[in-house]
Amino acid sequence: MQDSGIQVLFQGINFVRLLEGLWVSLKLALVSMAFSMVLGFLMGILMAGRNRIVGFVCRVYLEIVRIMPQLVLLFLVYFGAAKHLGIDISGELAAVIVFSFWGTAEMGDLVRSALISIPKHQYESGYSLGLSRMQLYRHIILPQTFRRLLPSAVNLLTRMIKTTSLAVLIGVVEVVKVGKQIIDASRYENPKAALWIYGTIFILYFAVCFPISKLSTVLEKKLQV
Amino acid sequence: MEGAILQTIQLTKSFDGMQPVLKEISFSINKGEVVVIVGPSGCGKSTFLRCLNRLEEIDAGEILLDGENISEAGKNIYEYREKVGMVFQSYELFPHKTVLENVTLAPVLVQKRNKRQAREEAEKLLKRIGLLEKKDMYPRQLSGGQKQRVAIVRALIMNPEILLLDEITAALDPEMVREVLQVVSELAREGMTMIIVTHEMDFAKAVADRVIFLDKGEIVEEGEPKEFFSYPKTERAKKFLNTFHYEALEI
Repeated sequence: MQDSGIQVLFQGINFVRLLEGLWVSLKLALVSMAFSMVLGFLMGILMAGRNRIVGFVCRVYLEIVRIMPQLVLLFLVYFGAAKHLGIDISGELAAVIVFSFWGTAEMGDLVRSALISIPKHQYESGYSLGLSRMQLYRHIILPQTFRRLLPSAVNLLTRMIKTTSLAVLIGVVEVVKVGKQIIDASRYENPKAALWIYGTIFILYFAVCFPISKLSTVLEKKLQV
Repeated sequence: MEGAILQTIQLTKSFDGMQPVLKEISFSINKGEVVVIVGPSGCGKSTFLRCLNRLEEIDAGEILLDGENISEAGKNIYEYREKVGMVFQSYELFPHKTVLENVTLAPVLVQKRNKRQAREEAEKLLKRIGLLEKKDMYPRQLSGGQKQRVAIVRALIMNPEILLLDEITAALDPEMVREVLQVVSELAREGMTMIIVTHEMDFAKAVADRVIFLDKGEIVEEGEPKEFFSYPKTERAKKFLNTFHYEALEI
């Protein structure tokens, strides 16, 4: 049989190593997403509020995050912190900081738009029934906000998972990096490994992201209000 | 006034320092009375209702419920709103809750009533308006008229002393107006105290004990419906009522 190079996946613990790398990617994404959800919620509430100065600051922050490539932010935090502040942080920490910084801005904007999309009359009919402010938010406004938010938040999560592959450039050993190591190690005995390894990584990303985005579509249909 | 359930004394309201929308409105309604407020759009009738439910802060004047001044600072606004039910033009049911949950939410949360008992009463009320079989549906599955009837029930279950209806048929398709007005007429017959803002002049004529004509933030005319609609005393009221007579159109 002609040598296709596929055996590289089954040599030693190569496949397990890839899965471990994937787990590192997912951990980065999940931790960053958790921070983004909590901080983004606060930011969204601030942005939907009436304070103009707070709104302006949030707006500037959001625009900065949107026009700056995440890669530049990663380099800025990882190398910049070491060079100018003398702080030696790990690649993982730098990645979590940057992705949370990015995710918080995106999440904040999603929360803001979900909040302001709730019609004024929802507040008024709640109040006119005698509900207090707390009761109104707890039973009327927030549940609707969550529903409107869910699909776009899930979408943000898949973007987050894919974006973690940038962390390879600041030395984080996640799934793409592991793949590269395997390819490099078998460059001479198996020159065709790259196709199989990157192909596998492609499928791994797909296997993670597809169910999530499918879930988002299902939820969107189910929760439409 | 004896028997007045809700009363305003020189109520004044303006938005952002503009011309006042309501100018020193003194008004009162007795228990069991149905007052219909008519007037050209922008005359302040909706704002008046919203002030009565304290959705808008008033600039000057007083609002008295059972003789108690509730417009003073520090009064429990929530307790007051419990006693004053309101139904809006755009039948804002809570879209994430079923019909039954929409109706039982406030009695359980605000009045701390027993869940089962609130449920039973809600079912009874829904049955009365012919929507019991829709109790587990979501608002999006109902027609506009059905939603509005549920909104009325949602206000009624709080046992309000008075009901404010703000153009509740204005957003409805013509064929659904009737079913909603039917419910309101029945309430009127049962002695519910109501203030109704409407553009349905025939309905106003039929249901009102008293009609108030509001224009440019003032009560211009006030009287029995028969008299008001047939023999309006003021020029402004005549002009307004004429806009509903299409034969007067110059074609």
